[in-house]
This record gives sequence, C-alpha cells and structure tokens, in this order.
Amino acid sequence: MKKLNYPFDEKQIRALKVGDMVMISGKLFTGRDAVHKYLHEGGKSPVNFKNQIIYHCGPVVLEKGGKYEVMAAGPTTSIREEPYQWEVMRDHGIVGVIGKGGMGPKTLEGCRKYGCVYFHAIGGAAQVLAEKIKSVDDVYLKEKFGSPEAIWELTVEDFPVVVTMDSHGGSLHSVVEGESTKALASELKKKKSTAKKK
Amino acid sequence: MKLDKDQKKNLYDSMLELIRVTSTQIPEDVQKEVLKALKREKKNTTAKYAMEIIDKNIELAKSKSQPLCQDTGTVLVYVDHPVGFNQGEFTKIFEKAVVDATKKGYLRQNSVDTLTGKNDSMNLGPGHPSIHFHEHKKKSLEVKMMLKGGGCENVGAQYSLPNVALEAGRDLDGVRKVILDAVVKAQGKGCGPGVLGVTIGGDRGSGYIASKEQLLRTLDDKNDIPALKKLEKDIVETSNRLGIGPMGFGGKTTLLGCKISALNRLPASYFVSISYMCWAFRRQGVTLTGKQKISKWLY
Repeated sequence: MKKLNYPFDEKQIRALKVGDMVMISGKLFTGRDAVHKYLHEGGKSPVNFKNQIIYHCGPVVLEKGGKYEVMAAGPTTSIREEPYQWEVMRDHGIVGVIGKGGMGPKTLEGCRKYGCVYFHAIGGAAQVLAEKIKSVDDVYLKEKFGSPEAIWELTVEDFPVVVTMDSHGGSLHSVVEGESTKALASELKKKKSTAKKK
Repeated sequence: MKLDKDQKKNLYDSMLELIRVTSTQIPEDVQKEVLKALKREKKNTTAKYAMEIIDKNIELAKSKSQPLCQDTGTVLVYVDHPVGFNQGEFTKIFEKAVVDATKKGYLRQNSVDTLTGKNDSMNLGPGHPSIHFHEHKKKSLEVKMMLKGGGCENVGAQYSLPNVALEAGRDLDGVRKVILDAVVKAQGKGCGPGVLGVTIGGDRGSGYIASKEQLLRTLDDKNDIPALKKLEKDIVETSNRLGIGPMGFGGKTTLLGCKISALNRLPASYFVSISYMCWAFRRQGVTLTGKQKISKWLY
C-alpha cells in the first residue's frame, strides 16, 4: 500500500505504476459531465486546478444547519469524460483523476505527456469512500449545474484507490480488455468444436 | 376503492420505509453471492481488494442507514394491486415519499430536465419515478422496487438477430453470443460483478421492460424453462472464465447471476434485450395489510 499526500506534484505522480494500491490524503475536487463540458467550451474555472486531483463523483450531500454533510460519494463512470480529460490536464494542470471503469487512449496519452495518473476507486462503495471525507471545504457551480454536478472541494484521509493508468503509457484496462476479448473468442471456438463432434 | 386518512398516512410511511431500506440494504440473495465472490478471488490481488471494500460497504450502508451507492438511480416501482385500486392516488402518495426520501438523503437529487439541464432537486418529472402497475387477484397490495444507477443502465444493450459481425443467428447459440459480447463490452463500466436481466423476443420497448423485470427474480431462482435455465447457468460460468473480474480489474468473478425470459416476437424481429445490474443491487419489496402497513418484506 502506497501513500500519496497533499500537496501533490509531478514527481510523486511519475513514481506511480499500474497496479499500485494507493491511499490519498489531502484535497480532492469533484467534477463530472457538466464541469468537463463547461471547461471544454472555454468556461472559466472557479478553482485553480494546478497540481490538483479531480474526482469523477456526484455525491449525495445534505445541508444541515448551514453545513454540508456528504452522505454517499462513490465514483461515476469516467469514460464519458474521454473527449475532454486530456485537455483539462493540458490547460489546467491536474495531476490525478479518480473515477471508475478506466479511460481511453486520449487520456492515456495525456497522462504520459502532462504527468497525470488515473486512479480507480471502487464503484458503488459510496459509504466506505464517504467515510474518508473529513470535511467539505467549499462548493462551486452548484446553482448552475445542481448538486451532483457541482465542484465539491473535499479533504480526504486515506482515500483508497488503485492506479489503473499511469504516466508511462501503462493501462490495466487495455490489458484486461485485450485478454478478455481473446478469452471470449476461444470460448466461442470451444463450443463450435464440441458441436462439430456431435 | 378509496383510501381513508389513516390508510393514506400508513401507505406514505410504508413507501418511505421501502425506499430507505432499498437504498441502504442489499437483499440477502445478492449478499450471499457477493460473499462467494469475495472468497473466490485470490489473495493480494486488486480483485480481492475490490471485493473486500464492497463487502465492507454493504455493512456500513446498513449500519449507518445511508445509500449503498451515491447514484440512487432510476426509481423503478412495480405495483401489483387488487381490482378497483386507485392508481392515481397511489402515485400521488408515492411521489410525496420520493420527495421526502430525497430530503432525508436516501435518494440523490437525481432527476434532470433533459432539455434545460435543470435539476428540480426533488426527483420528480416526466418518466420519474417509473411506476408500473399490474392488476392481480389477491386482495393485498404488493410493491416491489429497484434503484438502478446510470453506470449500469448505460451498459445495457439491445441486439437484433441475426448479427453478422458476431456471427449470431436466430437461435439460442446466437443469443448466447450477443449476451457474452455485452458482458465484454460492459467491463469496468457497470460496477461488476454484475447481474444480467435478459429478454429474448418482444419489440424494442417490451423487451427492455421485461429484461428489467427479470432482475426481480432472486439470484437462486431457477428458470422453469429447461433451455433458459441451462443458458442462464452457462452465461454466468462462461463470463466468469473471461478474466474480467470485479470492477474490470481482472479476476474470477464477472457475473453474480443471469436471468432470462422470452416473449413472443414478430416473424421479422428477433431482439435480445439486456439490462445490466451492478453489484450494488438495490431491490426490495413489501406486502401491505388492509391498513397499508408493511406485513412482509419480499426479499
């Protein structure tokens, strides 16, 4: 188990490899579909993302006595941000993305070029992950995009993730996809040959 | 059949409780399969790690009475009611329960106006919640519910056979090929290990509706039709040999279950409609007494 502590920098990020299990402590900013489209279309970012981590997450947040409380906060599917993510790396200088399901070649190339990694959180594990959130520090664009699509600034402690795409061109997703596609082809062949024997 | 004031109040309380339990607790039959998967994965792998976090999450959600997953999904409701039941009255009361469940944080503000992009923050609007009424001969009311998140809904698929690219013809072997294709394509995205609800036949609309209804069957339920029973078992076993694993990390458990039904089709059509459910399988149901109090939990 590796530790990644705030403030984050490129050197720490370049040291991470596919398969590393990492505990992140420090700041995270949520950002998902609406935020990525907004930045892509030239919208002004309300926060400085330089050396920060973006978390693909639309949390359940309740407002209690003027304070925000996160009730559930697992990752959302990342591939929807594939057209935009590399651009956010280039233009805003993020060093990490947390999400689920992995991302494609554009993002992988962005990770290599701009020094960024993709961390996979466990999808659906909204309670385990919400427990790691120690405070909600701010929220941006909530009126514009609604609560799940807003940018929530969070402080986390020992937030558990797995590196599945690194800054050296490695991607667990392309490996598993390649192997499972091959495995399926051989399963289908198996059935064919037993059918022929009959 | 009109409800009196007490019955209305009880029905509201029962529905709010049904939403709370559905959002925060996983049904027993699913948890059993999750535990099996946890045992099956090899030590010191990311697959095992994922299953451990999933297992811990199930316990935590239940003890804190908070949503298992932050995407509390489409609110799908299946109401079996007696003859003469007032559907409009039920809908009104259920919608009030949805609004209050949202305020309490059992449901996320999850319903967006597709044209304006506005989130009314109360989970109401055209098509949401999605309530399906069926009349039955019993005197009691039975309400089943699923919360189906966007991640798993997005990897659902519908195939029209024959499919040239997959060499899938209009028979059960062709059906098998397209289902397995959907499993490979869903990897990582649908929060595996997942469960498939499949319907062969019907039209594009009825096929998808029926495929979701297959997810109302418990995972240990055996299909009455021998050919489909065999296919269900084969899909699970074959998928689990593909090495996709929990979250697509690689590993031994890709599917926890597969349930298949068939509808009649037109001579010209042969659809295979597939609904994918994530491991955070939120399904519950209740039978209500005449006073509209919960008399029995169905899962």
